[in-house]
Amino acid sequence: MSTNLTQAITANRLSDGFVVYLTAQDQWSERIEDCQSADDPRSAETLFARAQHHADSGQIVGPYLFKIVRDGGHPVPLSRREIIRTTGPSVGTDLNLK
Amino acid sequence: MYRYDEFDHAFVAERVTQFRDQVARRISGELSEDEFKPLRLMNGLYLQLHAYMLRVAIPYGTLSALQMRKLAHIARTYDRGYGHFTTRQNIQYNWPKLGEVPDILAELAAVEMHAIQTSGNCIRNTTADPLAGVAADEIEDPRAYAEIIRQWSTLHPEFSFLPRKFKIAVTGAPNDRAVTRGHDIGLRMHLDNAGAAGFEVMVGGGQGRTPIMAKTIRAFLPVDQLLSYLEAILRVYNQLGRRDNIYKARIKILVQNVGVEAFADLVEAEWRHIRDGALDLPTEERDRIAAYFSPPPYDDLSEDCPALDNAIDAHPHFAAWMESNVQAHKQPGYAIATISLKPHGGIPGDASAAQMDAVADLSEQYGFGEIRVSYKQNLILPDIPKADLYALWLVLDRWDLATANAGRISDIIACPGLDYCNLANARSIPIAQRISERFSDLARERAIGDLSLNISGCINACAHHHVANIGILGVDKKGTEFYQITLGGVANENATIGSIIGPAFDEWQIADAVETIVDVYLQQREKDEPFIDTYQRIGPDPFKEKLYATDQAR
Ligand code: HEM
Ligand code: SF4
Repeated sequence: MSTNLTQAITANRLSDGFVVYLTAQDQWSERIEDCQSADDPRSAETLFARAQHHADSGQIVGPYLFKIVRDGGHPVPLSRREIIRTTGPSVGTDLNLK
Repeated sequence: MYRYDEFDHAFVAERVTQFRDQVARRISGELSEDEFKPLRLMNGLYLQLHAYMLRVAIPYGTLSALQMRKLAHIARTYDRGYGHFTTRQNIQYNWPKLGEVPDILAELAAVEMHAIQTSGNCIRNTTADPLAGVAADEIEDPRAYAEIIRQWSTLHPEFSFLPRKFKIAVTGAPNDRAVTRGHDIGLRMHLDNAGAAGFEVMVGGGQGRTPIMAKTIRAFLPVDQLLSYLEAILRVYNQLGRRDNIYKARIKILVQNVGVEAFADLVEAEWRHIRDGALDLPTEERDRIAAYFSPPPYDDLSEDCPALDNAIDAHPHFAAWMESNVQAHKQPGYAIATISLKPHGGIPGDASAAQMDAVADLSEQYGFGEIRVSYKQNLILPDIPKADLYALWLVLDRWDLATANAGRISDIIACPGLDYCNLANARSIPIAQRISERFSDLARERAIGDLSLNISGCINACAHHHVANIGILGVDKKGTEFYQITLGGVANENATIGSIIGPAFDEWQIADAVETIVDVYLQQREKDEPFIDTYQRIGPDPFKEKLYATDQAR
């Protein structure tokens, strides 16, 4: 695991509010695996500027940087909140369905 | 039930059209999120962690079977097959798509429902005693007054931009099932010496980071002067309430700062200008609205019901359900049945579309097609003939809706917490699931008796943890979820705010801590004393000692 402050960009998609991540191809992906990460504040700023551009054009809502670590190359969010955003509700969404 | 008049229909339809246009302009890029956000919030649409969330009002907690089926239909067609009933007599959908929300609102409008005033700094959905019209202890049905308040407050030109949101609750009974003291304004009905009805007016209650119970500013307000008096309160608040600091903007802070008596004087002074004016409804108009809530055509039944007695003797599980989930009715031969949305290990307040349909069917088969939504996040069938209770219970059981735990420790109020909510510090639902599983043994739960346990995922206190006998508040400590316990809260007519017992517990300790508290209670209680009485008698120390003796907490 790297100890550097690594960050990626997340937002909610305008059409359905789903959690999305900014990719190196300047797309938005539902998979955190696809996220582009930034290892220093300068590149984080650039990443955020790109995301803000997409927010302005209305594809996504409320982009922000969040902290991740690279675990064997895989991006893993540091906070519980961001982990839950990648996985969906920890209680599932089908528990009560008959 | 209340039926929309022409004005209501036209108004709600117009709002749907308006919002459809706003959504289209947002999707086309014409509106920015900053411009759109206040518009969507005015229509009950939030953006949460994983998706949008639509909050639909259930005025005074009353639903028809038709409306319940519509809620099921929406869950099935536009969402993921379920909905979440909240303490504020709303239902929340967790997965609507932006482009489809106008269609959902149109579907709701077709059954006289909407999502207006479920958000924003306006007068919110007025809540009422869920047992309105049927409770044995009731003086008068409070829903007519809730409806009068709704009509007055909907789009009131002066009050759509208040300093902060404003919540009113009303009850027509001495036993308070609507937590009136927990609201910005609470109204509780009393009779004067001449036998005329009036309201005790309580102001400045609220939960959140500064929990305060509302104070009585008028012991008795004749019912016919309700609106002018409410208007006077709102005017004083609108003028003096703080708009510069969101944490100090609720009326509770204003009342605290100027003092209850001074605040009452300001209201009375304002009221003198407007009382006896055009605001208050003439008796005929009140009677017209009250007529919407007139009792259904009850049969003349005997209060004795041998068939029911036999079923109770023959089926212990049914007997347990009767004991916790069934209450006395005004009308002889009828009963009020609570449908628990708290299966052990389930998500408090969630109901699937199929369960909603089943409840709608049952309300028609055994009742008069009416369903209530309670403060406790449960459903209620208000008019069940006693002779039908056993048959009802059998069907409920098939739908996993017959958990015998109303008012018991596993009847937990829980907010969505960090599993859904954007503002959360910690998860609430998994904690509720763990605790309710811990107490799933029927005999043990019955032995513990009445006990309220509420869990909020942050200090906004949406689950009213401050007024629970055992309150649990999720906090974040350096990225880890912790849970702080308060003891001694009460949500009825003697509403009390609980006190923090000590350092917080982590997610793996919290269920043990609750069990420790329950053990102390069971050891210390005298005879049939409920938890809260034991707590008030012995105080927090015995609980503290046991909880922290073994260094359970960190
Ligand atoms: C998931 C989305 C939700 C959001 C974003 C949200 C937001 C908030 C906020 C910000 C407050 C504090 C307001 C203040 O103190 O001025 C609050 C209070 C409250 N909310 Fe929620 N809430 C949500 C869900 C719920 C649910 C599911 C319920 C019912 C179970 C609920 C019921 C309440 C109640 C009863 C209060 C206390 C009102 C008071 O201060 O008197 N909320 N909510
Ligand atoms: S109490 Fe906090 S976490 Fe729970 S629903 Fe309210 S705002 Fe969200």
